[in-house]
Amino acid sequence: MSNRRMPAGGRIARHVSALPPSGIRKFFDLVTATPDVVSLGVGEPDFLTPWTIREQAIYEIERGRTTYTSNHGLIELRRALSGWLEKRYDAAYNPADEILITVGASEAIDLALRALLNPGEEVIVIQPCYVSYAPTVVLAGGKPVIFPTHQKDGFRIDFGALLPLITRRTRAIIINYPNNPTGATFNRNDLEQLAAFACRQDLVILSDEIYAELTYDARHISLASLPGMKERTILISGFSKAHAMTGWRIGYACAPPDIITAMVKIHQYTIMCAPTLSQYAALEAINECDDDIVSMREQYDMRRQFIVREFNAIGLKTLMPEGAFYAFVSIQNTGMSSEELCAGLLHDEKVAVVPGTAFGACGEGFIRASYASSYENLELAMERMGRYVARIKHDAHKGAPCRHNHPHGMRMP
Amino acid sequence: MKHKILHLLRDNARLSAAQIARRIGAPKSEVAAVIKELERSRTIVAYKAIINPELVDEQTVEAVIEVKVRPKRGTGFDDIARRIYNFPEVHSLYLISGGMDFLVFLEAKSMKDIAHFVTEKLATLEDVQSTGTHFALKKYKKDGVVLHEAESASRLAVTP
Ligand SMILES: Cc1ncc(COP(=O)(O)O)c(C=O)c1O
Repeated sequence: MSNRRMPAGGRIARHVSALPPSGIRKFFDLVTATPDVVSLGVGEPDFLTPWTIREQAIYEIERGRTTYTSNHGLIELRRALSGWLEKRYDAAYNPADEILITVGASEAIDLALRALLNPGEEVIVIQPCYVSYAPTVVLAGGKPVIFPTHQKDGFRIDFGALLPLITRRTRAIIINYPNNPTGATFNRNDLEQLAAFACRQDLVILSDEIYAELTYDARHISLASLPGMKERTILISGFSKAHAMTGWRIGYACAPPDIITAMVKIHQYTIMCAPTLSQYAALEAINECDDDIVSMREQYDMRRQFIVREFNAIGLKTLMPEGAFYAFVSIQNTGMSSEELCAGLLHDEKVAVVPGTAFGACGEGFIRASYASSYENLELAMERMGRYVARIKHDAHKGAPCRHNHPHGMRMP
Repeated sequence: MKHKILHLLRDNARLSAAQIARRIGAPKSEVAAVIKELERSRTIVAYKAIINPELVDEQTVEAVIEVKVRPKRGTGFDDIARRIYNFPEVHSLYLISGGMDFLVFLEAKSMKDIAHFVTEKLATLEDVQSTGTHFALKKYKKDGVVLHEAESASRLAVTP
């Protein structure tokens, strides 16, 4: 029994209570309550982890790899990763003190922000973006400053517009390319502009490059490979996407030694080390799976072209995504909001796609459709969506009000 | 385009030209023409179903037979191969490296039929020196397809 008084708002910390629930989560509940849904809402590969990785992990269990590793992660893995990053992206990191193995890219993002931010300091979050960035900034005691980008600019950053948002408290910018949800990526010119801006404003860049290997027509350029940028870049990536290893929870951060040391400090108290078995699995992934990456990428590539053709054919304007496995589809000509359309589509045709607003307010007018799905699924989904779009256009033509009953009364943040 | 069509048909031979055309974004008539040409040139040799024998009433027995032969002057192994593969019981035949020369895959109605084929037909060919017969007990995987429970990713319906 305690006679201390509860703080206002119950026993949950105010900054946690105040966090909006993830828009994706609400939509997820709605989707799971609907039977026979064809889902293009999934943000993970539809491939299983390549067998050689799984088989190696079984072997490592048999060998009794069941203890902690170094806080930084297995040195063999850091060495292999160092070589891999240098070979593929000209990003040279010292395995001894510039690489940290984490519980997914997710933990790496969290650690980086907690290591950088003093209370109230600001981080520029470029939207539309992955759902966790802004909340993670808040949880690290910082203040996310949202900077919207737009399809008409290819989701590129307008630095003239960004400049007024920079204050004395701005510490970092979070970028993600190839991007979830837009599929856009940055070319060398974009990155050079960003680098110049970061240097002028003395900012750190958190560069989430987890989809780097899923870049289709061009070659991915790592921000850290640009002159002078390694000093102020935290490269964040992982094995979830290109190696189809989402459930293993394994990723990494690469940064200058002072930042990695600070991140390790937090990591050692909160996590100790990334799961040992997953680290061995990641080592196998680095050493043996370059061909698997290529074959998965080829399959995504064919489906990418398929889905973009199909969306444009049913009258929803869609640009060819340059990377990742999402199409960011404009629904502006339907006259519906993203959430209305997603709810209606789910209700009427049992197809799940994610409203663009889940990735930031500037995602209004778009839906995200994942093409990490079988052709059969994609075909079925596109038939149903084509039917839905034709119907709403027909209704609108008749001047009927856009009436779509949402029995669950869905509202998303 | 040829490459893409073969890629799709290798996974699923029942795709129609229209389905393939939609997937690769090419005119249906063009896809149909390419398939015709692939068939004519015997690049695509046949289309067959992969059947799990355990689920079929009509019982068959399969065996793999290693065969060592004395190659003929002039024609080498090909003449002997023809003598073997023309038997309808032989469903696959490979020339292999190593100690033995051929792998013969047999399918017949009973063990007795296979024994009969090996002793009466195969072993008695004048160029055959020795044979070793292995009966198949269970088939797990055929042409890249796992016959029993195929595994699939059990993903959540919506994730960020
Ligand atoms: C852009 C982006 N960053 C990070 C993550 C999280 O990855 P991980 O599984 O490595 O934590 C995702 C997963 O969807 C993502 O899309």
